[in-house]
Amino acid sequence: MVDLLDKFQPLIDQREALLSTGLTDPFNLVMEEVLSPTVAVCNGKRTILLGTYNYMGMTFDPDVIAAGKQALDDYGSGTTGSRVLNGTYAGHKACEEALKDFYAMDHAMVFSTGYQANLGIISTIAGKDDYIVLDIDSHASIYDGCALGNANIVPFRHNDVEALEKRLKRIPEGAGVLVVLEGVYSMLGDIAPLKEMVAVSKAAGAMVLVDEAHSMGFIGENGRGVAEAQGVTDDVDFIIGTFSKSVGTVGGFCVSNHPKFEILRLVCRPYVFTASLPPSVVATAATSIRKLMHGADKRAHLWENSRKLHAGLKALGFTLGTDTPQSAIIAVIMPDLEKGAAMWEALLHEGLYVNLARPPATPSNMTLLRCSLCAEHSSDQVDQILGMFATAGRATNCIN
Amino acid sequence: MTDRNDTATRVMALIEPFNKKGVEVTEATRFAQDLEWDSLTVLDFVANIEDEFDILITMNQQAEIENVGQLIDAVGTLKAG
Repeated sequence: MVDLLDKFQPLIDQREALLSTGLTDPFNLVMEEVLSPTVAVCNGKRTILLGTYNYMGMTFDPDVIAAGKQALDDYGSGTTGSRVLNGTYAGHKACEEALKDFYAMDHAMVFSTGYQANLGIISTIAGKDDYIVLDIDSHASIYDGCALGNANIVPFRHNDVEALEKRLKRIPEGAGVLVVLEGVYSMLGDIAPLKEMVAVSKAAGAMVLVDEAHSMGFIGENGRGVAEAQGVTDDVDFIIGTFSKSVGTVGGFCVSNHPKFEILRLVCRPYVFTASLPPSVVATAATSIRKLMHGADKRAHLWENSRKLHAGLKALGFTLGTDTPQSAIIAVIMPDLEKGAAMWEALLHEGLYVNLARPPATPSNMTLLRCSLCAEHSSDQVDQILGMFATAGRATNCIN
Repeated sequence: MTDRNDTATRVMALIEPFNKKGVEVTEATRFAQDLEWDSLTVLDFVANIEDEFDILITMNQQAEIENVGQLIDAVGTLKAG
């Protein structure tokens, strides 16, 4: 018998080597208690959370929690069905109405996760002789959407407008083209030049999909994302988003003004062949989305936090993923995985949780300590975070 | 010089700047195993090939190309098409 798991031996060996040094496993952390959007208990220790994507801190919002409890009482714990059979409740429609209002768009389709939203929309709309042109640093869900479908896949260098334009020009005349972009790229926290990219895509006759997972709620005047901030929402055909970041629960969606959009509910397999979200989840999502429309003060504070952390880490001597704070993600670049894992553990020891990100999830084989800020982090907490980075950085010789 | 020879010469010249290990490159040389290129190197190299010949090599097509000879053939086909 060929052991089908033998192909993972190099990874098993790498993990064993790393853990044999006595390091805490960065991918096995348990949150024993969650005290607020910004504080949890891990290994019995009170820990500041700086790696949750809980950008707007909606997870403990009293209105959101009340809506979820009410829906549990009124509709039960789950739908046990597909959206196209018995799995569409009033709450699912209300959630889609909230999205349509939030984005000021005609159509909204709610998926069970953000991953499935990309998987479903991308694999369904780009067919066999069509082309998908995508940024090389695209999220795994975008690549998996490409892999699930049959289209021709053309990558271009990260955020390179000219490389995108060149490739668009070489696509055979008459072929269908979908350009897939992200507002914020989640590994380094950098934003895309959507204004230029959408313009060259439209000039080439392509349709455009933008994943705004990491910008919803706090980028753009109404929190609609980078496309809104750069004034190109009207030229974007499909916006993909998630409930598992700023919205504070789980689920995914696509919003669009395309007149034929509703037919996708019947032909999109990751939408049809899975159970819909539980009533409590869509109730919390709808409540949260409506509250995010009025979140200007929280948005402003989140940006303050982002600027303060970025400047503070830079002053301490860390190498960051972006020269300026462009989003609520600040990525600290580590020299290698060993150093990164050591720094991650030292931070945890200080009482701070960040994400350790490593290849293949990261661009250019980088090891990153990825920090994502929350509107509920107080200014004092950001000071504490900087103090912890200073202590851990010196203890691991990452900084002087 | 035949068309294929011309393509081969230009492809070899584009490989050289990425041949960090100084491997002796023949048509049998494999990109992943022999040249040990990672995905980013492949992206940059493919972009250069695409610009040189004004063609598009999709990821689907790239998956079928393992060695230098196969790339030269693929470029020939794509140029003709």
